[in-house]
Amino acid sequence: MTYPTQTDGTSAGAAPRSTVLSLRGITKRFGALLANDAIDLDLRAGEIVALLGENGAGKTTLMNILFGHYVADAGEVRVAGPDGALAPLPPGSADAALGAGIGMVHQHFTLAENLSGFENIVLGTRPLWSPGIGGRAARAKVARIAADSGLGVDLDVSVSRLSVGEKQRVEILKALYRDVKVLILDEPTAVLTPQEAEGLADTVRSLASRGLAVIFISHKLNEVISLCERVVVLRGGAKVADRATAGADRATLAELMVGRSIEVRHSAPRGVGEPVLTLDRVSAAMGRRDRLVDASLDLRAGEIVGIAGVSGNGQGTLAALLAGLAAPRSGRLSVLGEVITGEDPRAMVARGVGRVPEDRHREGSIGAMSIAENFVLERLQGGDFQRLGFLARSRIRAETERVIAAFDVRCSGPDAPIRLLSGGNMQKVILARALDGRPRLVLAHQPTRGLDVAATADIHRRLLDARDRGAGVLLISEDLDEIFALADRIAGIHHGELSRAFPAGSLDQRSVGLLMAGQDPGIAA
Amino acid sequence: MEALEILLQPSFWAAAIRIATPLIFGVLGALLCERAGVLNLGIEGIFVAGAMAGWLSVYLGLPLWGGVAVAALTGAAFGLLHAVLTVPLGLSQHVTGIGVTLLATSMSYFGYRVAFPNVTSPPRIEAFRPLDLGPLREIPFVGPILAQQTALTWLAFACVAVVGLVLARTQLGLAVRAVGDNPAAVESQGLSVTAIRMGAVVAGSALMAVGGAFLTMSAFNAFFFGMISGRGWVCIALTVFASWRPGKALVGALLFGAFDAYQLRLQTVSGGVVPSQIFLMLPYVFSIAALLVAARRADYPRALMQPYFKGQR
Repeated sequence: MTYPTQTDGTSAGAAPRSTVLSLRGITKRFGALLANDAIDLDLRAGEIVALLGENGAGKTTLMNILFGHYVADAGEVRVAGPDGALAPLPPGSADAALGAGIGMVHQHFTLAENLSGFENIVLGTRPLWSPGIGGRAARAKVARIAADSGLGVDLDVSVSRLSVGEKQRVEILKALYRDVKVLILDEPTAVLTPQEAEGLADTVRSLASRGLAVIFISHKLNEVISLCERVVVLRGGAKVADRATAGADRATLAELMVGRSIEVRHSAPRGVGEPVLTLDRVSAAMGRRDRLVDASLDLRAGEIVGIAGVSGNGQGTLAALLAGLAAPRSGRLSVLGEVITGEDPRAMVARGVGRVPEDRHREGSIGAMSIAENFVLERLQGGDFQRLGFLARSRIRAETERVIAAFDVRCSGPDAPIRLLSGGNMQKVILARALDGRPRLVLAHQPTRGLDVAATADIHRRLLDARDRGAGVLLISEDLDEIFALADRIAGIHHGELSRAFPAGSLDQRSVGLLMAGQDPGIAA
Repeated sequence: MEALEILLQPSFWAAAIRIATPLIFGVLGALLCERAGVLNLGIEGIFVAGAMAGWLSVYLGLPLWGGVAVAALTGAAFGLLHAVLTVPLGLSQHVTGIGVTLLATSMSYFGYRVAFPNVTSPPRIEAFRPLDLGPLREIPFVGPILAQQTALTWLAFACVAVVGLVLARTQLGLAVRAVGDNPAAVESQGLSVTAIRMGAVVAGSALMAVGGAFLTMSAFNAFFFGMISGRGWVCIALTVFASWRPGKALVGALLFGAFDAYQLRLQTVSGGVVPSQIFLMLPYVFSIAALLVAARRADYPRALMQPYFKGQR
């Protein structure tokens, strides 16, 4: 997306800004693991600072210490008081952090959906025994904050009826209502469309220009570069960089996070073959909201088609069709040359469809079962891994060990329960299961959600390998960076309607944003 | 039609309200617990304990309202047990609730046997009398119905209003509703999930026990084994029927009471042709039918039966 570039308008030349938050030597151990290693961090009023790091780099631990959920083994958190002087924050108290003006918007919203936005905002701001919930004064304050920050949202309907972007606005209002001086945004754009993300960036800039200090946690490096003036990078629990964003590019930042350079391969298809997936005016539904209406799509061997859209717009149904979990209600669906009319997941696997489901915990794996068992789960029908219904344990183990080495899965061995793996390693096992049989059609649904830069790069490489081997890959993702990194053609999905697939080269972030909003990007296919 | 004339008798409606009263307390208690995210299947046993404790206190010389207070405290104590096991310790709410029911029931029966080893007919107490309404008695049709009700029934009506108001219009109510939907929302606002959930379970259990006390202190004037006979479970069903709303809880309890009162009278007019068990079944058939309709669209509190541990999401 095209964020306005950083200019001197962001108060860089304004009056000297006072420090509002200062972390000194924060250290935290969990057993043998050093989660935070003597981290120093200063934050000044009106500053937007990005906090970058791989999963497990210590970002979450640091924020939990700041919020009083954990107590640091060593080090001190100091916050500016009303007089501007820094005073130590009592450790281990969420109440103290709130009182000192530290607010956080979590990636997973902490809103009660059965209450209205207003009720969520005033919840807990007055003693529990006081009559009424806030009254006119609270209303006036909320209205003033909403007007000042430009965060418009209907606060009188129940939160369950708000869109994701609106819920996020309620979350930010909730923090602002408490007069925060420091606002922490944890991956705030992960769930937003590009247009919504741009609106959020504007809001954050305007809040910062009024003196709010913002810590912006994100994996999307483009956003970080355009929005933040300073970037702090954690790696392995230690602070490895604290530099101005000016002059940095994505590659530099990614290298700082991972500690080595990340190979970025531009996708260039080697030439496409015959269609492996054809949808001709297909309608289907997985419940009332997630549905597909008159969708048409062509996916050929040797190419990756990316479906961009905010989750819940019909992707679930599209994925279910390919996974054999749903049947078309009308229209014609053809997979690898066969017309599909019924639901039969097993037959889909047998045809040569490799499936990477959206939720690796709930659909992709069975947590209590071992890596080996999860790996062979889809392939027990043939004679490879069973004889007369009894599992061929030694062969399963041997195959799993081979795959663990080939896919670089970090684990204690094939017998480890899969739920003990990190997200990235679990995803590698699922990817191994989907790709090891050399499928001709691959469904990758949110393949890197929640994964860090290194794991994401690895998974991207393997999907590109599958394509280069001649498979057709359908990539469903909310992450536009991912779509652009992999897809040869891109279609948008909105309210169950699938757009045409445009060549990736003809689109930019803004036009894909329009596709995701169900609008015509105004270019020829 | 004799069967329809029943509906015109004030005594029928008076009985319906009388039968509904313990259910009103029970459903209010259950919905308070469930709104906070805790299923309290201890309700059946808490009914028994409340009935026993209230009645015994009065038998031993306490004033009637003292008996109600003792019943409420007894319920609160069992509620606290349930709350400690399910909220901070996060044990299965089903298993714990059934356990509380068995414990409370057995302790009540045991206490009764210890106190009265040799009685054959249950000792009676001087129970609540219908409240004197003064000139209101003269209102046609409605007057005689209301004039038969005791103070505890009026207390039940008052509780509906109070619980409704607290849930809708106070910070406490917001916190209870929020904690049953998304505990993290409460925690992020600096409130204690544990304290709010435990408080709701204790208060809800006290209400349930008062419902039990109504039976021994206003309806039967004595305690005997098996007297609760599933009223607690009916309340759990009525809570779903009521969509966790106090106003609808009142309607549900009154409907159940009306069915029960109606079947009792229907037995006498049917002239013994239809087996009485068929009539006894009616209110429960009604409960199941109502659930079939209501539960399909039921909007359960999202965090119901999900334990919450701080710092974990």
